[in-house]
Amino acid sequence: MQILRKIAVPILAILAFLVVWEALVQINGWPNYVMASPSDLPAAYAQFWELFLIGSWQTLWRTVAGLGLAVVFGLLLGMVMGFSQIMRDALYPLLVGFNAIPKATLVPVLALLFIGQHDFNTVMMAFLISFFPIAVSVGIGLSTLEPEYRDILRSLGASRFTIFRKIALPKTLPEFFGALKVSVTLAFIGTNLVEIVSPHGRGLGALFLSGQTNSNYPLMFAVLIALAVLGIVLYYAVVALERTFAGWAERQAT
Amino acid sequence: MKNLIEIKGVRHSYKTRSGPLPVLDGLDISVPKGEFCAVVGPSGCGKSTLTRLVAGLMKPDAGEVWLDGQKVTSPRKTVGMAFQNPVLLEWRTILDNVILPLEIVAPSMPRRDRVARAEELLEMVGLSGFEAKRPSELSGGMRQRASLCRAIVHKPDVLIMDEPFGALDNFTREDLWQTMRDLRAKEPFTAVLITHDLRESAFLGDQVVVLSGRPARTQYILDIDLPQDRTIDMLYTPIAADMLHILRDQIKIAQGRDPEAA
Ligand SMILES: Nc1ncnc2c1ncn2[C@@H]1O[C@H](COP(=O)(O)OP(=O)(O)OP(=O)(O)O)[C@@H](O)[C@H]1O
Ligand SMILES: [Mg+2]
Repeated sequence: MQILRKIAVPILAILAFLVVWEALVQINGWPNYVMASPSDLPAAYAQFWELFLIGSWQTLWRTVAGLGLAVVFGLLLGMVMGFSQIMRDALYPLLVGFNAIPKATLVPVLALLFIGQHDFNTVMMAFLISFFPIAVSVGIGLSTLEPEYRDILRSLGASRFTIFRKIALPKTLPEFFGALKVSVTLAFIGTNLVEIVSPHGRGLGALFLSGQTNSNYPLMFAVLIALAVLGIVLYYAVVALERTFAGWAERQAT
Repeated sequence: MKNLIEIKGVRHSYKTRSGPLPVLDGLDISVPKGEFCAVVGPSGCGKSTLTRLVAGLMKPDAGEVWLDGQKVTSPRKTVGMAFQNPVLLEWRTILDNVILPLEIVAPSMPRRDRVARAEELLEMVGLSGFEAKRPSELSGGMRQRASLCRAIVHKPDVLIMDEPFGALDNFTREDLWQTMRDLRAKEPFTAVLITHDLRESAFLGDQVVVLSGRPARTQYILDIDLPQDRTIDMLYTPIAADMLHILRDQIKIAQGRDPEAA
């Protein structure tokens, strides 16, 4: 019953959303180039389903690759900042400054640095845009670890690495996953940003661009919906990981 | 009898922004093997600092700490610690929390033996049946019991406790005193107990060390002349009342107040 409700409620909400959308388009008599309606979309999917599959796959793997890099780099950076006050003082302003740069400005910079390396540029952008929350949350989580937590193992002569593995890392996992949920969305945006503005791009972003160039408005809207679906899939994949590895934090909260 | 813990002329100061802060200034404590040493003193006088020095988590500026005939220069596996905050790990069950020190101290010990040892201790403190629970599912007193089990699961020579019962209500606290007394009869540790409760120090201690205000030195040592199998009722006998009176006066002196004044 509970599970049924958990699935049924979001699906009903989505259906309601589609109905309202369709109704708005019909009532206002908007032509396709203003706003496509849901009933236009199946045709677009049917016509271009192969491109959708290829594009989704390209967008997906590059987002995940960028996010993977962000996790590795963010964890390392967070550890360095978490364990050393000096490194924290040194790196924090740099990081904040970097994070403040609008990432759209990086697209041409990356494109010039690595000319023609479209896959590489896209992964880089997904990575650059998404490592910041991970680094900061891990850094703060580690540096605010109560000394007693460290002392229960340190007083037994445990090595720093053992303390990190047995205490600091698991204790920081809830913060890490909180950040990962933000990062996965950011990485997705980063991937799409590069795909959409690159002249000969790949992925769903490029499909969107081609819809625009060919004035195929239903295709553009179909891409947007596909992006939304992909974003939801990615987000809930992270939620599933969180449940598996840091589910204890959720239990504690209730 | 040989002294298991020997603290000789220990001095220590912290570096702070406004220069060095002397915290310990000439501390001498000796605890014979198997005995229970309670330490009381004014707030902020350096009691927690003392526990960190005994545990080898810090080195004193001057003086020496000896454990079992060896000078302490770094942490050692023969020490167990418990704090006011039970610091249990929420991602582990109670059983696995208790086992944690064994993973460090006895990495080759089979899981079956670890579990048996942890279950034995949990049984002693009345936590049988809670092995699979998470820390957040237990009451404060139960968490502290589990924390005590973790502190002694690896059979340490020395058990160091920093106000372990400080955050508990009175009834729970007295329950835990009795648990502590019963544990002592079965487990062969020598203990240092920091407390701000004079009745607790008299109930559990074989000796009570009173520290002066900061910077702390050993101001007074009282040997507790009560039998080993004490009861809470004994705290209400004239002899216990006299001892508590002496301790109370000593604390007033440590706080820089006149013991004759109210
Ligand atoms: N890491 C530190 N750096 C600087 N000063 C410290 C540090 N730790 C403790 N102190 C100072 O040293 C003094 C003694 O601290 P300590 O924690 O040992 O006292 P305590 O007797 O345990 O106090 P309480 O009864 O409140 O627990 C305090 O004034 C405290 O501010
Ligand atoms: Mg203290």
